[in-house]
Amino acid sequence: MNAIIVSALLGVILMFCSWGFKSESLQKNIALVGLLVLIAANLAQLNGWYVLDINTKGMLSFSRFGLYANTILFVLTFLYLWINAEEIEAIGHQAADFYALFFFILCGASILTSFDNLLMLFIGIEILSIPLYILTGSDKKNLMSNEAALKYFLMGSFSTGILLLGITLCYGAIGSFRLEAPVIVPSKGMAYEQYLLSAGLILIFAAMNFKVSSAPFHFWTPDVYDGAPTVFTSFMATIVKAAGFIAFIAVFHVQSKALGYSWELLLTFVIVSTLLVGNITAVFQRSVKRMLAYSSIAQAGFMLFALYGVSDFANEGILLYAVVYSVASIGIFAVLVKMKDYGFEAFNGLSKTHPLLAFVTTIFLLSLAGIPLTGGFFAKYYMLNAILTAGAGLWVVIVAVIFAAISVYYYFKVIQAMYFVQGSPAIKELPKTYTYKLLVLAIVLLVLGVFPNLLFNYLYF
Amino acid sequence: MPILNYIYLCLTLFSIGVIGVLVRRNAIIVFMCIELMLNAVNLLLVAFSKMYNGTAFANAPATTIGIDAQIFVFFIMVVAAAEVSVGLAIIVMMYRNTHSVDINFLNRLKN
Repeated sequence: MNAIIVSALLGVILMFCSWGFKSESLQKNIALVGLLVLIAANLAQLNGWYVLDINTKGMLSFSRFGLYANTILFVLTFLYLWINAEEIEAIGHQAADFYALFFFILCGASILTSFDNLLMLFIGIEILSIPLYILTGSDKKNLMSNEAALKYFLMGSFSTGILLLGITLCYGAIGSFRLEAPVIVPSKGMAYEQYLLSAGLILIFAAMNFKVSSAPFHFWTPDVYDGAPTVFTSFMATIVKAAGFIAFIAVFHVQSKALGYSWELLLTFVIVSTLLVGNITAVFQRSVKRMLAYSSIAQAGFMLFALYGVSDFANEGILLYAVVYSVASIGIFAVLVKMKDYGFEAFNGLSKTHPLLAFVTTIFLLSLAGIPLTGGFFAKYYMLNAILTAGAGLWVVIVAVIFAAISVYYYFKVIQAMYFVQGSPAIKELPKTYTYKLLVLAIVLLVLGVFPNLLFNYLYF
Repeated sequence: MPILNYIYLCLTLFSIGVIGVLVRRNAIIVFMCIELMLNAVNLLLVAFSKMYNGTAFANAPATTIGIDAQIFVFFIMVVAAAEVSVGLAIIVMMYRNTHSVDINFLNRLKN
């Protein structure tokens, strides 16, 4: 509860900051301090200190997992803002407006980590999505940004309609919006309630797939990620996606039993097609930004493994995956922001002119590819373990590993351009500290690659 | 009237909305079709609410069973209003740059 209320309040405060304080560095500092306050408020609740304790009548329930996931999302946002604040200031008129939108998104995310009622799922997703439509279209004069915003908005509200129909059909079948509502058992043969429930759950599944951009509901992703300003793509592809997955898991760890065997079939189909579409299409991209958009679809395929069944591996794995994937993506997008154009050639010879930057970029890419000693390896390992523990066929794991190997190809194309191709990189002027900030992200990845347990200890104690 | 009739009606309305989204090329019309989808859902929610309430009402007249669906309808309406405000802003922004609200405009990013 603390996180939801404090983030909404901070959003309002930031909204007025653009009117009260004109200095953008002051606005940035207010946002960063606000994030620290938010993290502190959330940690207070994690340690049993409820500042704002409201009886939500079973609409929300605060588990340790949800609160910890909140903390992770907030810390990731802090890192994101700390690195990208300058670029955000360069886009709009007043950076504080964007910071306010970030806080509203975080409010939605903290509802998504704690909902216990499908009504709150709907509200959380909408609070998360509506500011994102604005962020996508924030580059008002740029036609690409306009197009991405309109596409994202139309697709997003279309999927909201589907989600709502799904929730309604589930309600028609079981008479409650509670997440733990008893699953109906048809009394005489195949009563129509069973059809309603199955149809409803499948529609919810489709809509959630839409939100986390897994195939065959991924069509909007490359265009939107490509068209949106790069800093905001970075936010969409990481923190928002992680929050979407946590909500996705919360719904289907509870309700997937109602679908029986067909659930596994459905999920396996989505996982395999996501991995296929994401990885194969990424191979043929000529722009790094678009390649990263497809690679984020491919990574979503791995994150879907956590849905397969309830296990410690699934819960730990999704958190680890969220952190590792987000940190690496924030890093690589932060490098991309500084590039003059987004082709692979822009990276040519980066290791000669900016050796440290090339080194941290390599670590981000290795982590995305899942090479040992970086966090990406353990993230993928936990996910594969989760799906095996849940009793999936071995062939799914084999397919996943093959696609992970394919992904190495397109990630290494960037590394190859940086280290083995002569040329001068098309890179903008870098502030001195920028590379060091990215180095912090790389160190996080390396530490998690050796001690992934560091992340989970707080989940239990 | 049996609940199935309401379900058929709402699914028909919803399908008209979906088909409109897929077929029409005008951003405003697509937008209206999305609203139609949401309102079909609203109607269905109210029908289900009445169904559960009616069953419970026969046994205990002071029941609140089924009320939550009607509350849900209010939330959908509020959120739809928020979405409309953002959506129309985006469409106006696009109109300013291209002087058209045609969806076919959405093909710059494909290549």
